[in-house]
Amino acid sequence: MALRRSPSKAELRRERMQAVVTYPVDWLEERSGLVGAVRYFLFRNVPADINWMQTLGSATLTAFLVQATTGVILAMYYKPTPKDAYSSIQNITDHVTMGWLVRGMHKWGASVFIILMFLHMGRVFLFGAYKYPRELNWIVGVLLLLMGMMEGFTGYLLPWDQTAYWASVVGINLNGTAPFLGPWLAQFLRGGQEIGADTLTRFYSIHMLVLPGAIMALIGLHLYLVIRLGVTSPPWSKEAAGTERAEEPSTLRKGLIHSAEPGGSE
Amino acid sequence: MEPSGNGPADNEPHVPSPTLWPAGFAVGIAVSLVGLIVDPLVISSIGGAIAIVFGFLWARDATAELRGHAVAVEPETRERAAAAPAAPAATAERFPRSRFLEGATLGLGGVIGGLVTLPVAGFALLPPFLGQKRHETDLGPLTDFPEGKWFIATFMTDPKEGEVSRRTAFVRNNGIVQNVPSFTIISNRCAHLGCPVQANGPTGAILGEKNVLEHTVNGPILLRPVVPAGFGCPCHGGQYDTEGNRTAGPPVRALDRYSFEIKNGHVVLLSTYSVSHVDGTGAQAKIFKYKQAGPGEHVDGPEQWFYPLQPPHH
Repeated sequence: MALRRSPSKAELRRERMQAVVTYPVDWLEERSGLVGAVRYFLFRNVPADINWMQTLGSATLTAFLVQATTGVILAMYYKPTPKDAYSSIQNITDHVTMGWLVRGMHKWGASVFIILMFLHMGRVFLFGAYKYPRELNWIVGVLLLLMGMMEGFTGYLLPWDQTAYWASVVGINLNGTAPFLGPWLAQFLRGGQEIGADTLTRFYSIHMLVLPGAIMALIGLHLYLVIRLGVTSPPWSKEAAGTERAEEPSTLRKGLIHSAEPGGSE
Repeated sequence: MEPSGNGPADNEPHVPSPTLWPAGFAVGIAVSLVGLIVDPLVISSIGGAIAIVFGFLWARDATAELRGHAVAVEPETRERAAAAPAAPAATAERFPRSRFLEGATLGLGGVIGGLVTLPVAGFALLPPFLGQKRHETDLGPLTDFPEGKWFIATFMTDPKEGEVSRRTAFVRNNGIVQNVPSFTIISNRCAHLGCPVQANGPTGAILGEKNVLEHTVNGPILLRPVVPAGFGCPCHGGQYDTEGNRTAGPPVRALDRYSFEIKNGHVVLLSTYSVSHVDGTGAQAKIFKYKQAGPGEHVDGPEQWFYPLQPPHH
């Protein structure tokens, strides 16, 4: 039993500071429940013997966020017309302040994103993390992989240089050799019978609007399923699956966000 | 509740009795696939008919329960429950209005969704297939093309669209045949995956001949003299002879050709067509013509059945 004594000056100041910080957080929590949701997401239980391999998914998400952010900035300077596309990219690289950096991040980040997706998929496969009840999340992951590849394909055309142009010609014609609907798919991708201005704008639209929107939605579903189903133990884990973590003293987990409960602990 | 009598227990699923229909369906598919190779018209049709008949029977059996037909399942027997006290007789009729509102909401929502989606989907999908332009390219006067000489002609099919419409053709004047000028005009788009095929041979300065720059309604036309031993693709190594026949590498057919006409003494390129192969050379060549197909698509042989319908093309 702690001895009651009047709080010192420093303790009083500390409490006032805490009140200032927690007030807006409490305000938000009371009206939306969002703080609790974030807390639930960040402090949920995971197996004790997980390792660094299980951070590959978060790394992929980070790579995607880098692509999304740098892409938005690049879109402010890029002009998707046959006449201006190449010169606008030269302008970004040579004249826009830090443009070389942002474009470099987007260009190299694209490869990083794809590589991380494959590493993440390999981890999930080798750990058997695709098995019941997580099959649906594997399927969502495959869709994300396909969309990531389509991002790569559509983004490759945008610099509108010789490599971009001919790689897209070959890529579109590859689609065109698919049986039955292939020629129609190729003509749809081209936006007509020949590659031209319509091809560039539609690849741009797909690259920066259609696919990122779909990817974000699927990432949301992917994460929801991860949180709902929990993280898998490594295959060498000695713990039985689904073991609940022992209850801890609540004081250990208190502190990052002050409890909003009335009459909560001091 | 205890299972009573000899009836199946409650927790056992009512498995439908095994049926032969899926097997017949599979046989039909197999026959039609074999038919694609052996005799697409007759055997594939027979296979298709088998698949449709058995598929129908299968679907009829599988949906019997849904459609409200009796399914042959052993009846369950269980003790009659004691009469429920004062169950309202009109339970099923209790919420007819809410049912109606539910249906109306879904139905109206569907109609509105369709009204919004259809035009948008049409706008997204149709433009690449409708209203495609047909180009004519004036390559310049006949006198620019001495008989028997090859030229690499580069031109813009649509000067308004700019460089992106730049195309290349290999042109040779075969002389006058029955009072009509004969030309061999080969498109440089590779029949593998569409890369730009190059002439294998010396051009311009090495030959000691000058390039010709012609100005026509299509803007500047560059004619470079060349003596090709054949044509080759830099991307994946496809090789063609001077008639455009494939001689090596991955292409699936000969190079496409331009149809042309002579207008006011000028050579005018029209649309392109695909060629499976060419017998003979020059004016005597017998060209096996097909409707324009995309690169990598077979126009003859059994593989042509993979591309039964081509999108509109001019």
